Amino acid sequence: MKLKTFTGGIHPPDNKQWSSHKAIENCPLPAEFIVPLAQHIGAPSVACVEVGQHVAKGQEIGSAKGFVSVPVHAPTSGEIVAVESRPHPWGTALPAVVIKPDGEDRWSAELQPADPSDLSVDDMVEKVRQAGVVGMGGAAFPAHVKMSPPPEKKIRTLIFNGVECEPYLTADHRMMLEEPERILRGVALLQYVFGAERVVIGVEANKPDVIDLLEKECAGTPVEIMALQVKYPQGAEKQLIAAVTGGEVPSGGLPMDIGVAVHNVATAAAVTDAVIHGRPLIERICTVTGPAIREPKNLRIRIGTPLSHLVDVCGGLVEEPGKIILGGPMMGFTQLGFDVPSTRGTSGLLLLRSEDVAAQPEGPCIRCARCVQACPIHLLPATIAAYARRDLLAETEEYCAMDCIECGSCSYVCPAAIPLVQAIRYGKAAILAKKRNS
Amino acid sequence: MSQQLYLSSSPHIHSGETTTKVMHAVFYSLLPACGVAVYFFGPSALTVLLIATLGCLATEAVCQRLMGQPVTIVDGSAAITGVLLALNLPPTSPWWLTLLGSVIAIAIGKQVYGGLGSNPFNPALVARVVLLISFPVQMTTWSVPAPLGTGLDLVTTATPLGEWKNAVMLTGKMPVDMQGSMSEYFFGNMAGSIGEISALALLLGAAYLFYKRILTWHIPVAFIGTVVLLSGLFWLVNPGKYPDPVFHLLTGGLILGAFFMATDMVTSPVSVKGMLLFGTGCGLLTVLIRLFGGYPEGVSFAILLMNAATPLIDRYTRPKTFGALSQRGTQ
Amino acid sequence: MLASILSLGGIGLFAAVTLGFAAKKFAVEVDPREMAALEVLPGANCGACGFPGCAGYAKALVAGTIDLNQCPPGGADVVTKLAHILGVEASATARQIAVVLCQGDNRKAQLKYRYLGLEDCTAAQRIADGPKTCPGGCLGLGSCQRICPFDAIEMTADGLAVISRENCTGCRKCVAVCPRDVIHMTPYESGVHVLCNSHDKGAVVRKYCQVGCIGCNICKKTVPDSYKIENFLAEVIYEQDTEAGEAIAKCPTKCIMDFNVGYPDGSSYLPAVADKPHAA
Repeated sequence: MKLKTFTGGIHPPDNKQWSSHKAIENCPLPAEFIVPLAQHIGAPSVACVEVGQHVAKGQEIGSAKGFVSVPVHAPTSGEIVAVESRPHPWGTALPAVVIKPDGEDRWSAELQPADPSDLSVDDMVEKVRQAGVVGMGGAAFPAHVKMSPPPEKKIRTLIFNGVECEPYLTADHRMMLEEPERILRGVALLQYVFGAERVVIGVEANKPDVIDLLEKECAGTPVEIMALQVKYPQGAEKQLIAAVTGGEVPSGGLPMDIGVAVHNVATAAAVTDAVIHGRPLIERICTVTGPAIREPKNLRIRIGTPLSHLVDVCGGLVEEPGKIILGGPMMGFTQLGFDVPSTRGTSGLLLLRSEDVAAQPEGPCIRCARCVQACPIHLLPATIAAYARRDLLAETEEYCAMDCIECGSCSYVCPAAIPLVQAIRYGKAAILAKKRNS
Repeated sequence: MSQQLYLSSSPHIHSGETTTKVMHAVFYSLLPACGVAVYFFGPSALTVLLIATLGCLATEAVCQRLMGQPVTIVDGSAAITGVLLALNLPPTSPWWLTLLGSVIAIAIGKQVYGGLGSNPFNPALVARVVLLISFPVQMTTWSVPAPLGTGLDLVTTATPLGEWKNAVMLTGKMPVDMQGSMSEYFFGNMAGSIGEISALALLLGAAYLFYKRILTWHIPVAFIGTVVLLSGLFWLVNPGKYPDPVFHLLTGGLILGAFFMATDMVTSPVSVKGMLLFGTGCGLLTVLIRLFGGYPEGVSFAILLMNAATPLIDRYTRPKTFGALSQRGTQ
Repeated sequence: MLASILSLGGIGLFAAVTLGFAAKKFAVEVDPREMAALEVLPGANCGACGFPGCAGYAKALVAGTIDLNQCPPGGADVVTKLAHILGVEASATARQIAVVLCQGDNRKAQLKYRYLGLEDCTAAQRIADGPKTCPGGCLGLGSCQRICPFDAIEMTADGLAVISRENCTGCRKCVAVCPRDVIHMTPYESGVHVLCNSHDKGAVVRKYCQVGCIGCNICKKTVPDSYKIENFLAEVIYEQDTEAGEAIAKCPTKCIMDFNVGYPDGSSYLPAVADKPHAA
C-alpha cells in the first residue's frame, strides 16, 4: 500500500543509525545552569528572582509577559548566582538566570497534581500555561495559545507529530519507544481540550518499531497511527497536514483555518506532566550526535544545561568541530562555541567535522529547476532568491517569498551551491522591515 | 577554537550535486552518438567534433579574459556546446565553418548575455542557424554513410527529409524511391548531420540522463508526441503526400533536438506545465516548418522560437503555491 | 513610377500633417526651466535627493517645493547653475563625502568565525552579529561597493572597504546599506580621520584589532581642540581640525590617518596631488 505524503521534498541520508538504538540516558546535573528568559516565540519572560535567592526545582524564575508568552522555571534546586546577559543560541547575548545546583534536586512544594476528570478545559489550558509548555518540535510556540483557538475555528482533526524528519535526530523516536504512555495520556488530554473528532499520530515509515508499538497501545482506541513516506520535510506542519488530511493550510493562514491542530509528541508528554503531575517543563530529550562527538547519545537534559556539559557527558570531541549545530542539519542554528545553554527547543546538538562542512563556492544558476521540484510549498526558490538579492522587494513578495517555510530543501539540491534559503530569508526580512517602516 | 568554526545560514548539509557533475553527465551521454558518427562518417566527423569542442573552450576562455572575469571553462558547459554544435553540422564541414560556428555559439550565443545561466537561446542552435543562413551550400552538403573499414569516401547526397521536400515541391507527392529503410534510420545508416543519424545511440544517451535524473520526461514527450500526432494527422489525410510519423521520428534532428537541445536547462521553462507547453510548441513549429516551410528541417528554428517564449511561459505557468487557493475559515 | 511617387509622397504628407496636428493638440506643457534644470543635473538618478531620479528632482525644484541643496552629487557647481535657472539666491552647503571609519582588514582584525554564505554584509551580520569580532568594524563583503552608483568604493584584497574622496558625491547610499554603521559623512575638506568605530574598552579592542582606537586620550592631549573622546572612541572635531594631523604620529595604534597623504593599506587610490592646507 502506498504511504501518504506531500508533493516535493528531498531524501537526504538519514544518519539516524548513530543513535536510534540508544536508550535515553539521564544527563547528570552540570555545575551551573544558564536559563535564558527568551526561549520561545512571543514576548520573553521577565526575571522574578534575585541574586542570592534559593529556589526549588520547578519554581518560577521568570514570569510570562502577555498572552503569547510563558513562564520559565528552575531546572533544579539551588542558588541564583546571577541575572544577566549571557551568550544565547540565537547568536547574541540575552538575559538569563544563572543557577548553581545545591545537589538536592528537590521539587518545589507548590506543585499541584490533579485528576483530569476534575478539570475543565480552561483549567487544563491554564495548567499548561503555568507549566511553560511550548512546542517541543523546535519552534517553541506557547502550547496554551495553540490550545485556545477562537470559538469559530473548530478543530476537527488533531494530529500528533512523531515524524522527526530531520537527519541525525532520534529524540522523539526514543521517547515514543520508551515512554508511550506519557505521550498517549497527553494525546487523550489534548483530544479532550480540542474536542476533535479525529486523532492521528503521524510517524515516518523508517521507525517500524514505533509504529508497531503505538498500534498495539492504541488498539481499541479511536487514535489512528499513520505511517508516512520517509521524505524531508514530512514533519513540517503544513506538509504533515497535507499528508494526513489531504488539505492545504491557506497561504498566510494557520492550521486552525482548516480545522486542524498539530502538536509534537514530546509536547503531548509535557502536557501530561503539566496537567496530571503539576510539573513545569524543565527537561526534554536531546540527541547529541554527529561524526565529531565520541559517544552519540539520546540524553534527558534539564533546560539550561550548557552545551559544554553535554559534550563532556558524551565522551568529548573526537576532533575540533567544523560546525556546532543546535537542532538538525537542515534547519538548525550554527553556534560560536559551547558556552551557550540548551533551551526548551533544543532537540539536538549536532557536531560536524570540518570535512563534513559543505563549503563549495557559489556558481551561476543554470535553471536546472531541482529547487522547484524539491520545494514542498511549490515555489520558485531560485527566482525568489534572485529578486531578493537585487532588492526588488515587490517581485520578491509577488513570487510568494513569505510562504517559504525555510526548510532548506532547495539549498540542499542546488548544484550551483547558491545559498537560496539565506537569500530568501534576506528578502523576507527586508519585506517585513519595509512594512514596519511604512 | 571558535575561529576555526564555520557559521552559516541553514541548511548545513548538501546533496553533493555540482554543476560540473551535471555537465560531465551530459557530455558522457553524447558519446554514443559521437561514436556512431565517427563510425559512419570517418575522420571528417572526428575533425568537426574536435574543432568545435576546442573552439568553444578557447572562445570562452578568451571572452572571459577580455571581460575581466574568472575563466571557468573547466565546468564543462562550453565543451558540451561544442559537441552539440558539431552534432548539428554536416560531416564534411570545412574547418573554418566549424570554428566560426564555435565562436558564434560562445561569444554571441552565451558570453554576450552574461555567461552560463544567462543566455536566452540555445548557443549551439544559434550558431547552427547563423551558419545555415550564411553558408547554405556547405551547411546542406550531406554524405552517404561510409562505415569505417569499408574504405569508401564520403559521397554527397540528400537527407531523407531533404529528399521528401524536393519531391513534394516538384511533384506534390512523396518521392518515388525514398532512400533508406526504418531500421537504417534507427541505427544510423543514413545521411544527416553528425549527431542526428542514429536514433539508437541518442536514445541510449538519453536513457543515461534519465537515470541520472538530469532529464525529465516532460519536454521530450511533449515535443515528440506533438510531432507524431500532428504529422500522423496529415499522413492519415493524405498518405500519398505526407510521410508517416515514424519517418518524422527517425529522420532529421527530432530525437537529437527533443532530448538534448530543447531540454537545455538554461533556455527551457522551469515548471512542469511550462515544460509541457514548451515541448508542444516545439513540436507544432517543427511539423509546420517541415511540411510547409521553406526548409526541410524545422527542429532548430522551432526550438529557438520557443526559447524566445520561455520567459513568457515561465511567467504564466508558475506552479500553484501551497495553500494559495484555499479559502480562510473553516470548511 | 508616377503612381509610386504620388502614393508614397501622399502618405508622407498625410503623416506629416497628422503628426504636426497631434504635436500641437496633445502637447504637454512643460516648464522650460524643468528641461534646463534636468540638463544641469548630474543624471545619475541615484535618489539621494529623495525624488525619483533627476527628472523628479527637476520637477520639484521648478514647483518650488524644495530648496536647491538636495543634490550632493551635483555639488556647489550645480547649485549655482540651478540658482541661475530658477532665479533664486544660491547658498551651497559644504561638500560632504563618506568615509569608512575602519582599518581593520583580515590581516589586522580578528574574525570570530569563518562565514559561509551570501557575500553580503547585511546577510552576514544576521549570523551571530557578523564574522568580525569587533562589533563596529567593516565586514568587507562589499555591500557598499555594489550599491555605490558612482563606483567610488573599492574592496581591498584583504577585505576592507575604502572610499575614493574624489569620486564620492555624498549620495549616502553606502551609509544606509552598511549594517555596522561604520561609514560616516565628513566634510570633503577634512583629510584627517580616526579610523575606528568600536566603543569597546582599550584592553578589549587590543585583543581583536591591531589598529583599533583604545581611547588612550593621547590625541586629545596633543591637539585638544581637534579631538573628542566618547565611550573609549576618539573622533576628530571636523569644524576645528586644522592642526589635527599633529596627533597622527603620537597615536599608539596608528589608527588616525590623513587621507590627503594616503589611503589605508591595500587601497589602490592615490591622494589628490594639489597642496592641501591640512597636510601633516
